Amino acid sequence: MADPRIVIVGAGPAGTRAAELLVAAGLRPVVIDESPRSGGQIYRRPPPNFTRSHEQLYGTEAGRARAIHATFDAFANKVDYRAETLAWAVKDDRVFVQKAMTVEQIPYDALLLAPGATDRLIPLEGWTRPGCYSLGAAQITLKAQGCAIGQEVVFVGTGPLLYLVAYQYMKAGIAPVAVLDTSSLAQQLRGLPLMVARPEQLIKGAQIVSALRQGGVRVLRGVRPLEVLGDDRSVTGMRFCDAAGHEQELRCTAVGMGYHLRAESQLADLAGCSFEFHPTVRQWLPVIDEMGRSSIRNVYLAGDGVRILGADGAEVAGRLAAIALLSDLGWPIDQAKVRSLQAEMRRHVRFASGIAKAFPWPHEQVAAIPDRTLICRCEAITAGELRASVKDLFSPEVNRAKAFSRVGMGRCQGRFCGPASQEVVAAANGAPIQSAGRIRGQAPVKPLPIGITEETSRG
Amino acid sequence: MVEASGQADVIIVGGGIVGASTAFFLRGRGVKVILLERFLIGQQASGTNFGNVRRQGRYLRQLPLANRSRDIWGRIHELTGSNVEFMPVGHIRFLWKEEQLAVVEKYQRDAAEYGLELHILGKEAIRERFPFIGPEAVAGSWSPHDGHANPRLVAPAFAQAAMRNGATIIENCEVLSIEKSGEDFTVETPRGNYRAPVVVISSGAWGADHAAAMGEAVPLVVDGPQMGVTEPLPYFVHPVVGVSTQVPGEVAYLRQIPRGNIIFGGVRRRPAALDERRAKYDPAGLMEQLRQIQRLAPALRHARVIRTWSGVEGYLADDIPVMGDSDKIAGLFYAFGFCGHGFQIGPGVGDVMAELIATGTTTTPIDDFHIRRFKDPARWQRTAAH
Repeated sequence: MADPRIVIVGAGPAGTRAAELLVAAGLRPVVIDESPRSGGQIYRRPPPNFTRSHEQLYGTEAGRARAIHATFDAFANKVDYRAETLAWAVKDDRVFVQKAMTVEQIPYDALLLAPGATDRLIPLEGWTRPGCYSLGAAQITLKAQGCAIGQEVVFVGTGPLLYLVAYQYMKAGIAPVAVLDTSSLAQQLRGLPLMVARPEQLIKGAQIVSALRQGGVRVLRGVRPLEVLGDDRSVTGMRFCDAAGHEQELRCTAVGMGYHLRAESQLADLAGCSFEFHPTVRQWLPVIDEMGRSSIRNVYLAGDGVRILGADGAEVAGRLAAIALLSDLGWPIDQAKVRSLQAEMRRHVRFASGIAKAFPWPHEQVAAIPDRTLICRCEAITAGELRASVKDLFSPEVNRAKAFSRVGMGRCQGRFCGPASQEVVAAANGAPIQSAGRIRGQAPVKPLPIGITEETSRG
Repeated sequence: MVEASGQADVIIVGGGIVGASTAFFLRGRGVKVILLERFLIGQQASGTNFGNVRRQGRYLRQLPLANRSRDIWGRIHELTGSNVEFMPVGHIRFLWKEEQLAVVEKYQRDAAEYGLELHILGKEAIRERFPFIGPEAVAGSWSPHDGHANPRLVAPAFAQAAMRNGATIIENCEVLSIEKSGEDFTVETPRGNYRAPVVVISSGAWGADHAAAMGEAVPLVVDGPQMGVTEPLPYFVHPVVGVSTQVPGEVAYLRQIPRGNIIFGGVRRRPAALDERRAKYDPAGLMEQLRQIQRLAPALRHARVIRTWSGVEGYLADDIPVMGDSDKIAGLFYAFGFCGHGFQIGPGVGDVMAELIATGTTTTPIDDFHIRRFKDPARWQRTAAH
């Protein structure tokens, strides 16, 4: 193919590394990214006139962040870079994008999706009170704007991000009231043998926990969150069950919550990619080969949008997917380089499976969400209503339950209520989680203004 | 849903709104029914359509059936135990051109003979009654007793009510073959064989394949409607809104539900495939749809679309369904291919089919829809071209 049209979605670590290799091969890919500046969520950049250093912003990851930013900036004028642009649909070898009030169709010969991930959330009584944020949002406010979600913050959930965000808040001068982890110490120890695949990360994690403790932050493991206290104007506290089974309350004005991440796989779904169920993370993820080729001939997937491996893993995945793409277009490839990247990839996969073991998604807690708790924030549907759609109206899987109950039909399109609704539907049917399926992706991936106008295609 | 014993008075193939309501009304007449559904009840055209409970604009000779159905809609809560979100809020068709007035006025006169009440409203009247309407509209045709309902709920409501009354409904059960030997049909499925002296083909877009297998080919095209929904907005569009026009690209429609979302569709259909479980929405058509719905309600330009979808619909060459008994095989009945307008008449079709099967005749005329009209290919090819 003389001048292949390549579209990359996402300018985080995976998208940046992929674009870098394509540019090096003499190609000029289109790079679509929702943010005003490249870097993705993890290496999100503040507005240009902000003065905090990489060290202040990214801590131990400052070097990585600087490298990703510098790489992107170096090739930015050699790609067709579309910042603040949403890829809202994929069909018939075209990506549909929106920027402000215009939309455009971008045809492609090859598509590389690196859209990243969002927080995986568990509905909790009171989780819609103003003052409740996802961990990702709590981190973004800090990184992009130098703001905290509150003065007295409780972080609740599980996974490395839980501790990292708490640590970043402490470093920024807002020591959290507490870190409440649903996973137990025993579970965390079970993950160790796999996590040693990346000893440097393991050490970093241990240092963060000990720094939190030294900073006076309470770190409690094996908790069961019960309720965010407050009213419809503010958060006043957090009620939970500790590992010993005692109910406790903590005063706070904000709550950050999250249970690892959820791959943003909607575009892959719209592109027609096959999915498979991954029991370790209890998520449906697109099928890929060891290079990142999807089940669709010209669609490649990389980064947390296909496997949650974190930023470093995403860089490797982005490179591998770009090499696969180039190879399929007839470019020669460096087999030694591929082998070393794949070896690195296996280390990331092994570490990630350790993380999943150490900080498991507490699915029994999800399945037991009280009937009165709102499970779908957009449509204001309770867990009880969802269960009724399963039991009274016979919903074997989540799309049927969605049709009857509206869970997953609102603005978020199931991006935030989906994982919990799968657990609730499966439990209500007394069936394994796989049987509940996953909420089908439907365009637009995010809400699209009706007043938009179309730009003519670039052909 | 429950597993069946293999024998019944009637086997219904296809559990959309037509099959489910046929099962319901047959049970009301004491007939033993087994319904076999390939996927889930009401999942295809019946569950993905716009939700229009509209008589105005229909093929005139279908109005007796539509009226019978409208009567059922009015009692649907009492009949099925679910309100299916039916709202008889009226249906308004706006006109963009003065020349179209003659068309709606003629339809008004003709429809009056079938008892359908319509009011033609002028430029001022439409603005007074429907302040959301855009500046281009010159008149409207108002049908006060039409309305809308939630399509996702209707077929399941009939199916569940039928089950409570003793019908056997089997989902995820694809019919592989239908054969008549002696008095009984044998319906073969991966879950076993079912036998009955009567079979109803109510398999929507799949109906043509079933009919062809029985030796009665019909010209059916499979298409998908293009549907979308906005985020919730203040409740300001109370009636169902459509357009009366000669330009196919202007045929847009919208309705708002009290919780605030506006559901829209129209402008064009896209081909759908029977082998796919799901018809796909084509985003390339969205811009034109949005342009047309803004002509109807310009205030929508500030709202956002949150979701789009499609479904699998069967369209006959002459744009009316196949309904009635087989021309060839005693005990075989058809009710399929409702050409994108089966939702309103669906419950009526079920009632009529039950009457026809149980009594051998029906008080509502359906002869126009009989499959024999496709007996002579030369004739229907001409109709299609026309």
